[in-house]
Amino acid sequence: MSDMTHSERSGGLKAWLTSDTPASRFQARAINIWFAWRDLLRNPLAVIGIVIIAALILMAVFAPLIATDPPNRQDLAARLLAPGVDGHLLGTDELGRDIWSRIVYGSRVTLQVVALVALTAPIFGLVVGTVAGTLGGWTDRVLMRITDIFLAFPRLILALAFVAALGPGIVNAIFAIALTAWPPYARVARAETLTVRRADYIAAARLQGAGTLRIITGHIMPMCLSSVIIRVTLDMAGIILTAAGLGFLGLGAQPPLAEWGAMISTGRQYLLSHWWVATMPGLAILIVSLGFNLLGDSLRDVLDPRGGQK
Amino acid sequence: MTDEPLLEVENLRVRFETSRGVTEAVRGVSFQVGRERVGIVGESGSGKSMTGRSILRLIRPPGVATADRLMFSGIDLQALSERRMRAMRGRRIAMVMQDPKYSLNPVMRIGSQLVEALKVHERISKSKARERALQMLADVQIRDPERVLSAYPHELSGGMGQRVMIAMMLIPSPDLLIADEPTSALDVTVQLEVLRILDGLVKDRGMGLIFISHDLRLVSTFCDRVLVMYLGKIVEEIDASRLQDAEHPYTRGLLECLPAIGGSHEPLKVLKRDEAWA
Amino acid sequence: MSGPQSAGNAKIAVSDLSVTFTQGRRPVRAVKGVSFSVKPLESFGLVGESGSGKSTVLRAICGLAPVSGGEIRIDGAAMAEPRDKAFARRVQMVFQDPYGSLHPRHTIDRVLSEPLAIHRFSDREDRIVQALKDVGLDARFRFRLPHQLSGGQRQRVAIARALIVEPEILLLDEPTSALDASIQAEVLNLLTRLREERNLTFVMVSHDLAVIDHMCERLLVMRGGEAVEALERSALADHAVSSDYTRTLLTASEGYVR
Repeated sequence: MSDMTHSERSGGLKAWLTSDTPASRFQARAINIWFAWRDLLRNPLAVIGIVIIAALILMAVFAPLIATDPPNRQDLAARLLAPGVDGHLLGTDELGRDIWSRIVYGSRVTLQVVALVALTAPIFGLVVGTVAGTLGGWTDRVLMRITDIFLAFPRLILALAFVAALGPGIVNAIFAIALTAWPPYARVARAETLTVRRADYIAAARLQGAGTLRIITGHIMPMCLSSVIIRVTLDMAGIILTAAGLGFLGLGAQPPLAEWGAMISTGRQYLLSHWWVATMPGLAILIVSLGFNLLGDSLRDVLDPRGGQK
Repeated sequence: MTDEPLLEVENLRVRFETSRGVTEAVRGVSFQVGRERVGIVGESGSGKSMTGRSILRLIRPPGVATADRLMFSGIDLQALSERRMRAMRGRRIAMVMQDPKYSLNPVMRIGSQLVEALKVHERISKSKARERALQMLADVQIRDPERVLSAYPHELSGGMGQRVMIAMMLIPSPDLLIADEPTSALDVTVQLEVLRILDGLVKDRGMGLIFISHDLRLVSTFCDRVLVMYLGKIVEEIDASRLQDAEHPYTRGLLECLPAIGGSHEPLKVLKRDEAWA
Repeated sequence: MSGPQSAGNAKIAVSDLSVTFTQGRRPVRAVKGVSFSVKPLESFGLVGESGSGKSTVLRAICGLAPVSGGEIRIDGAAMAEPRDKAFARRVQMVFQDPYGSLHPRHTIDRVLSEPLAIHRFSDREDRIVQALKDVGLDARFRFRLPHQLSGGQRQRVAIARALIVEPEILLLDEPTSALDASIQAEVLNLLTRLREERNLTFVMVSHDLAVIDHMCERLLVMRGGEAVEALERSALADHAVSSDYTRTLLTASEGYVR
């Protein structure tokens, strides 16, 4: 104990976080996170990705403060104003609504989609993949064939079918995206499981008397987690695009809710005469997708030891 | 050993500069090798492999190797261009690594690899090259060379693969062979066969051999001279036959901590490391 | 070959054991009818080169290899299939590769506390501290990850993990072959001391005759999945062996002969 108090006194938090002799479970975990974070910050591309995603989150949280107008206030006298005219930063749309404000409020929808899909699909995929990989045999065959059936359809088409069956709306759209997004995670998790399940440390756990459930959750899942997390961040761009695509087709968010895909859809009619109506939300989608991609790429370097040799 | 040495190394150093600071893997090593068998022995982290690799200038960044003198039969290896060094590596100094699986091309048949290696070094027809390849495999005591020629590396056992490696390395008749743990992945009985082949080649061709190993007992029975390395330095240089009279406590410790058949069943002597050795 | 086994007072009795793996569709017989018995508190060695089936025998005892014939009894009783928690309390194993047998993302603390949780021990904190002390590891190592430890330190953790549930039998699969010679001596001494302190029965697998000779009172030489001969330790010292293969191994272990 004297050891710990000494290091705390001499260097404070920094020394506590870089100590190679952690004194508690909590400190050991904090040190690991700290080192991964520090490695991540060394990569300028990762910093750009983090900044973009942080900006998205701040935008969604403080939307009323950042937006210059209420997102749905129409002003037919001020229709289709060009960017900068009359204090409309990014111009107005066909009903005279301020595009900047709608993009700011639209970030809430985007974040909601991303968060809900990211919390459901990967976890479901992880469970399916690790169970199939660990148990093998018939369980594996049945689970993986179901996965294959889902994978056989193009994602947007499948999502379309689900939404058509469930009825249009943003909640149903999220549900449909989650239903179509899990199979790749199941594949990744299973592949990872197959590489670790014969490892000595799994045999050792079994010899300790650990049951299958404990082995899957405590030993195999942690080994699959980094691949799945990386895959999720890389997929985020695709998920945003799918949500936007559904919105564009009128099956996602319903008017007048500000959603980037739906905004592009209505702006399409004015593309030749008033380019900004469709372009501005398009740029928002592009930037956010880029942010997630950059973060995903750099996470791969930090989390995946096999990727570290370049 | 009679005439001038084949290889002279003076004050060899290998440094690694990383974000966590500078570490020195080899710290001022000097030795000479004639047409003899020299063993370099040490435990993991002693810098023995780094020493072998730096002779061939095979240290990869961020590692940097420097030496006051690195002469190979009158040629200054440090002054050679990368192109001439590459020629030197194949032709006059060869290296055999621990695991042949990583040194052979996994998707090429052994025969094609041998023929290709031959054609790089001399102008020779394909059928001639094949004949030579068969002869070479026979030289390293492979019983059915025809089968081995048409095999892929993964179809060979460890001992077989290592023999093929040795055969391949000896194509250009090098003057110096650096063998880095060439038999550590092999079973004891196979290990001795491979050593016997190496021994014969050294004698017949008058090659110099640097034998790098962690196994003091093996090195002491196989080599003429032994360099004992500890933390990047040579702590003792001794004739293999006189190893039992070694003076340095580290060498003695290494010898004594090994269990022996018919030895006492008391606890083994444990090596006590001394900071003064470093 | 050793004579018929008197299974009466044996701690471990293996009789006519066969193990068959299926590789692709081809069955591969890794162990072909091997028999031996280990007395209580004895240290028994299995020696052989790669492919001799020595490690497979050990794995078969733990239920990690598919037994196709023969039987394994501990204290005269056959074992549950698959192996249950009660078996884990009695028989533990230390693996060859200290780099592969510890979960790369589990701290040493987690490695040691998991078996205690599985077997519902109460005084876990004290036991972890004691287990580290028993294998000669400083308490500072407790919350480190395996990659922050040297090979010898990892193998000490693996030994601590095996012994923390207080087994009667410890199976050792080449526990020192991945370690430097000086570290090997430390680990072997540690194992000898723990065996005396805790009244353990050892079954040790190694390719190194000298290590087996140092650690085991009796041994079985194996080759190609079959038993070659069973020997007392004294027979090795006197070179009183009957098979040519054992003699070859004995000569080879003395180093290179010009």
